Amino acid sequence: MSTRKLVDARGSFCPGPLMELIAAMKAAQIGDELEVLSSDKGSAHDIPEWINKVKHEHIETREEDGVWHVIVRKAK
Amino acid sequence: MSNRISVMVVSGSREKLQMAAMVASVGAVSGSDVHVFLSMNALSYFVKGAGEEPPAEGPVGTLLAQKKAPPFRELFASAVDLGEAKIYPCSMAMDILGLEQKNLEDFVGAPMGLTKFLDEAGGGQIWSF
Repeated sequence: MSTRKLVDARGSFCPGPLMELIAAMKAAQIGDELEVLSSDKGSAHDIPEWINKVKHEHIETREEDGVWHVIVRKAK
Repeated sequence: MSNRISVMVVSGSREKLQMAAMVASVGAVSGSDVHVFLSMNALSYFVKGAGEEPPAEGPVGTLLAQKKAPPFRELFASAVDLGEAKIYPCSMAMDILGLEQKNLEDFVGAPMGLTKFLDEAGGGQIWSF
């Protein structure tokens, strides 16, 4: 059964949130969703670029109170 | 087209070490075959347990130290661990500084000469910091 894991990278700067996501992706199962929390606006744009490049599934990016939530599904 | 990214790191400034680490780590986790060559004033910042931090060239380097930017050594380690990057110390700089591989951070591989590094870089991107 797939799960959603939270990756709290608030306070870190590029490429810290991306690296934290990738470390979590390594441990995740195919089909699992990961939600990155980032206070770094650059990472909010850069993480979806990485997701598309390496062909995982970008579910959503949204901003709430200065925190970006980037949600990705591990596809492979 | 080669998917190789070769990163030559020679500066001992905080900004250049940080940018080199960013290119190496993001390139490696994005599917590129990343090779890093550490030489000149950069190499001493990869001595295990040295503890010395590189000086900033300007205001951004100072802010990198004050804010929570990922440390450059941590990014290079992630490039190796998460993206299978290879990091080579320059054999000439090792000799000049009197270093052996065991003196360097664990994520740094065996010494390499410039001739081999440049030969392997052929056809790909080469970045210098």
